[in-house]
Order: sequence, then C-alpha cells, then structure tokens
Amino acid sequence: MKSSVFFATLTATVALAAGMSAAATLDDVKARGELNCGVTTGLTGFSLPDANGNWTGFDVAVCRAVAAAVLGDGSKVKFVPTTGQTRFTALASGEIDVLARNSTWTFSRDVDLKFEWAGVNYYDGQGFLVRKDLGVSSAKELDGATVCIQTGTTTELNLADFFKANNITYQPVPAETNAEMEQKYASGACDAYTTDASGLAATRATLTDPDNHVILPEIISKEPLGPLVRHGDQQWGDIVRWTLNALIAAEEYGVTSANLEEMAANSTNPEVKRLLGTEGDLGAMLGLDAAWAKRAIAVGGNYGEIFARELGEGTPIGLARGLNAQWTQGGLLYSPPFR
Amino acid sequence: MAVITDVPKESFRLSMLIYDTRYRSLTIQVVVFFLVMAGAAWLVDNAYRNLQLLGKDFNFSFLWTRAGYDIPQVLIEYTNDSTHGRAMLIGLLNTLLVAFLGCLAATVLGIFVGVLRLSKNWLVGRLMTVYVEMFRNVPLLLWILLIYTVFIEATPGPNAYRTLPDGTPGMSMQLFDTIAVTNRYTAVPDPLFSRSLGEISLGLFNVSVDLLALIAALLLSFFANRALLANATRVQEATGDRPVTWWKSLLIWIVPVVAVLVALGFHLAYPRLQGFNFVDGINVSNSLMALWLALTLYTAAFIAEIVRAGIMAISKGQSEAAFALGLRPGRTMNLVILPQALRVIIPPLISQYLNLTKNSSLAIAVGYLDLRGTLGGITLNQTGRELECVLLMMLIYLIISLVISGVMNVYNASVKLKER
Repeated sequence: MKSSVFFATLTATVALAAGMSAAATLDDVKARGELNCGVTTGLTGFSLPDANGNWTGFDVAVCRAVAAAVLGDGSKVKFVPTTGQTRFTALASGEIDVLARNSTWTFSRDVDLKFEWAGVNYYDGQGFLVRKDLGVSSAKELDGATVCIQTGTTTELNLADFFKANNITYQPVPAETNAEMEQKYASGACDAYTTDASGLAATRATLTDPDNHVILPEIISKEPLGPLVRHGDQQWGDIVRWTLNALIAAEEYGVTSANLEEMAANSTNPEVKRLLGTEGDLGAMLGLDAAWAKRAIAVGGNYGEIFARELGEGTPIGLARGLNAQWTQGGLLYSPPFR
Repeated sequence: MAVITDVPKESFRLSMLIYDTRYRSLTIQVVVFFLVMAGAAWLVDNAYRNLQLLGKDFNFSFLWTRAGYDIPQVLIEYTNDSTHGRAMLIGLLNTLLVAFLGCLAATVLGIFVGVLRLSKNWLVGRLMTVYVEMFRNVPLLLWILLIYTVFIEATPGPNAYRTLPDGTPGMSMQLFDTIAVTNRYTAVPDPLFSRSLGEISLGLFNVSVDLLALIAALLLSFFANRALLANATRVQEATGDRPVTWWKSLLIWIVPVVAVLVALGFHLAYPRLQGFNFVDGINVSNSLMALWLALTLYTAAFIAEIVRAGIMAISKGQSEAAFALGLRPGRTMNLVILPQALRVIIPPLISQYLNLTKNSSLAIAVGYLDLRGTLGGITLNQTGRELECVLLMMLIYLIISLVISGVMNVYNASVKLKER
C-alpha cells in the first residue's frame, strides 16, 4: 500500500519532468486553440479593456492579427496584462506567446535577455508632459523638477542620461503602472510626466482637462516599439514578424479590410497575390495555410486602418502619422518584399 | 527432564523494514528524505535546463555594472553612475530604515493600545478595540494605499507656497515657517554644522564625524547617569533616604550634547522654495511617511493584542498583592505586571518584528524604493536576471530576519523567568 503511493508519486514526478520538454510555440498555440498575448495593464489607444472586457487598441490589433493568421479567428486571444516589471518574465517563462506591449527594441533586451523583436509597429521617442500653468516651454527648463516615471523601462534610463547631459537635476517619483502614474501626475505629485510621446498623448487624452497640459517639444530618445517573442523558436518569430509585415504591406498596396475579397480575386499585382495567398506558397513556408495574411488583414484592417481607428487624428489621442507613415509617404514604415 | 529451548534469534529479513514497527519509522524517514532530495534535485535540474534552453547563464556579474537609474531617497551617496550592487545597498538601507522606524513606533503604540484596551474606562477600552479590529482585519496594502492617497490628495503642491505674479502671497509654511507639507514630501529644516569635523570614509560609505561626536556624548551621558543612579541606590540602601536625582540626570543628559552642538556650530537650514521644489531643507517623501505610518498602525494592532494577552496571563493576585502594598495602578503596571508579562510577550513580538520587516516590501505600491524596489524591481527588470535577483533578495531577507530573531532571542533570554 505504502509503496504504491511512493511509486505513484515517482511516476507523477517523472511524467511532469517529461512534460516540461520544449515544444514548438506554434504547436502549443494550435493545441491550446488560443493565443496568449501580453499587453499593458491599460494604456488608452494601445491596449485597454472596455466596460465589457473587450480589449481594443493598437497593440491589441497585433495580437488579434496573429491569432487570426494562426488560429483563423481574431477573437481567440487571451490577453495577459503585464506591467513594465513583469512583462519580460512573463514572456521568458512561457506564460505568454507574444508580447505586444509598446516595448522598446534595445540591444541588451534583444541579445542579453534573449528576445526577438518581430519588427517595429510604432516609431516613438521619449517626451515630457507638463501642466501649461507651469510656464515651461522646454525640457531643459525642468531643473529641480519632480518627474513621474514608470519603473523598469528604458525611459527611466534615458531620463537619467538626459538630465545628466544637460547638467540639471530632478527628483524621480517611481510607480509601477501607467494608471498609478496618471493618478500621481493628475494630483500634482509630480511636475512632469515622462514616457514615450505616444503614451503621453494617450495619457493626456484621459485627463479631465487635456487642454491644460502640453507635451514639450524635446524628444530625448529613439523608442522603436514592437511585438516580441522568445529567442530560439525561429518559426514562431517568423510568423509574428510576417504577420506584422503583412499589415504594413497591405497598406502600401492598398489592400484594406473593405476591398480584401475583391483584391484577392481580381488583383493583377503578383506581390498582392502572394500576400493574399492566391499565388505561391508563402503560407506553407510559415507552417500555415495560404490565407493566413488575408485573415490577419481582415480582422482589423491594414496598418493604416488600425492606426486611424486607434491612435489617429480622428481619435481623442490625435497622433499624426509622422515617422509612422509608409516609406512611400516619407515615413519609416517599410515591409520587406513578399516573395 | 526439562529441556531448555533457546528462543531462536530472529534473523533480519527485508520485509521487516515495512512490517516490523521497530524499523518501519526509520524506513519511512529514509524514503521521505530521498524523495525530498530528489524533488529538490529535480527543481534545480529543471531550472538549469530551462535556462540553457533559453540560452541564459547564471551569474552575478551584473552587480558590478552601471545601474543608470536614479533613486528618490538615498541614505548614502548614490548617483546613476553607481553600480547595481550599490543600488541594492541603497535599497537595503531604505528597507532597514523603514523597518527600524516601524518596529520602534509600533512597539510604543502597541504597548500603549494593549494596556489601554484593558482599561476599566468603557469608552477608552471600546475605542482601542475598534482600532485593533479595524487594522487587523483589513489588508496592509490597502492601508498603505489609503494613507498615501490621503497624503497626496489632501496636501497642497509646492506651488501653493509660491507668491503669485499678481502679488497675492501663497501659503506660509507650518510651525513658525519652518516646515512645508506638500503632496510630494514634507520639507523640514536640515541640521548643519558650521565647524563640521568632516567625514571618515569606510570604503562602502562615509560616516559623519559630527554624528560620531554626538553619539559619543550620548554614550557618556548614559554611563554617567547610570553611575549617578547606582550611587543613589547605594545611598538609599545605606541611609534609607534616596537623594533627589532628577535634575542631575537632566543636566547629565543635556549639558554634554549641547556642548558638542555649540562646539560644532550647529544651525538649521530652513527649506525655501526655488524653482519647482523646496531646497536646502530635507525633503521627507510622502511614500516613506505613508509606508511608515501604515506599517506602524497595522503592526501595532497585532502588538496590542500580544501585550493584552501577556498582561492577562499574569494572575490577578499579583496586582492585588501590589495594591495591598500600597502601589498605585501605574507603578503596579510598570513594576509588577509588565516585567512578568514580558516573557509571554517577547516570543510573539519577535514574529511581529519579522512580519513588519518583510511587509515593508509592499513599499513598491507607493514608489518607495526599498530592496524590493531596487534589486527586485528596477535592477531585475533592466538586467533581466530574474533568478539571480530573486535568490539574492530572498537571501538578504532571510539574513535580516535571522539577525532580528537572533538579537531578540538574546533579549528574551535576559528577561525570561530565571529558574534555578
């Protein structure tokens, strides 16, 4: 009797150990029937759950596009809210399959933390948000100011460097989430709030008196934001990378969620045909079916449509395309060819 | 004819390991021991293999690289050029600071409340009951957040103290224009010495000689006062009259300290508004105040219960005997009840000190950068060394806890009932 208990325990232990061996992320996601996507705990325009718990936003759209490409359904996503501090641990430990959380692509994160950026979905830079009545017109006038900052971010390091380079001092007020930060800034616990300019615009839109706040002209860093995956699973990395590229290329070629079917049927452009799976076998190379990119575009539209809906000048956030315009329009967005 | 048969000596069979009660417990212990060891080995091996799978190594060299981030409150010198190791040290000191202040205040408040809860005055007793139950039954994190929110929402910004461009004077500082309470910090005067003795470098940090001089003066006073009291007791035993000592004690405590302060040219630098914030004074951040207050109030509620239990453990006959000797209630409590109650109070009190110290890691909620905030927060995140940082953090908390418990156990041994 006793020995059987021991044996049962032993067998269970061995079975557990065997189960830990790594499997390809694509197979895991397919078997699960759901994509685990890491997002922010809440940042207007990028990822925010509405009153019914439906997540919307610019980063959320990437998650949905990947889910649509892999699983055929953009709603089969489990959104895992992560903070600046928990995001990388969540990805490294396998809790999430992809992290779409306006995270900056840096050397050490890519090389030392063993992550792989699938590309850039927003070219950003760090800025400062201050109250208008403070009478400050440049970040260099912030000597001695109290600055709200999210911990565990690149902005924290840039901030220290910027003030040092300009030989001025500041008092940091650290907090873990964007919501905490907004509360502190709104109640006046800090003079300035610093994060990526897109985040500042999003934060300003949620303040009760957006007109009394101004984003200072200085952009003190390069912040290429994009979705990322773990090192070591190239196939999965390719899927996320080319899903993002498909959204960008779709805008370049004028493929929208409205004309998608028509383009797939009638387009004479070979590149569009390969993108939409009517020619070639790009999908099979990724381990997916031919219509993967079509589904990814169908779920939320192409890059331009997503941008206009979530962040663009028609939204309360009101961001101009700027650097995030297509390369043909003077921006930096440039998808490698689909061939 | 009687035949004496030897009881045959039972030979050892393997099945006896399970069926013989003499061996069974041993067998079970050995098996369990091996299972636990195998479990531990599996965990370590699993972590090792998964780290390899991710292509990560396990080393602590990041502690010697540049941290690059700033910390709002530093007790010893630190800039963003310092190393992650030093940032960890800063965090550790911040943890120790709030733990020390918290333990001190919680003990005083806890004893006070615990004694008052037994008061015969109905109102006082009930008030203390309400306080204890309120703080014991709501999670600490909520208290920290609540107190912090009150701090930042109910106090004015530094701007409120500014004279407006149209000449309207702003708020004036509190306490004769010396202290400014704002929604970021409380600016208090900074003690300075115009004839400072400088600092001695101890490698890791510098120690102010002024502070050492003050501590020396206080130690001197302490020993002088003890000698004075011992002398008074001797005189009392010899003559039956205790000489009046209070004014001598007072002089002994005050004169050397004042002498040192005057010699060093002690003066206060008052905070003044410059630019965005107050400068010159010391800015005590609201996060420290809120954390300290919440830890104190929360832990004091538990200590109050421990004190109450300790007092109630002392037989009623003790106070009756003391009253029969003519001792007043206050002296009965101080001289008869509390000293005996201590041996019941101290062991659970140690646990409360440990709890408070560990609970201080909730500091991250209000942006107070303690050990959890520096090593376990920013450093962990910037370097991506989760395993190393968490292990190091656990080790440090373990050491702090063992030290506290060791020191308190020594104290416990000195006050517990002496048995001969």
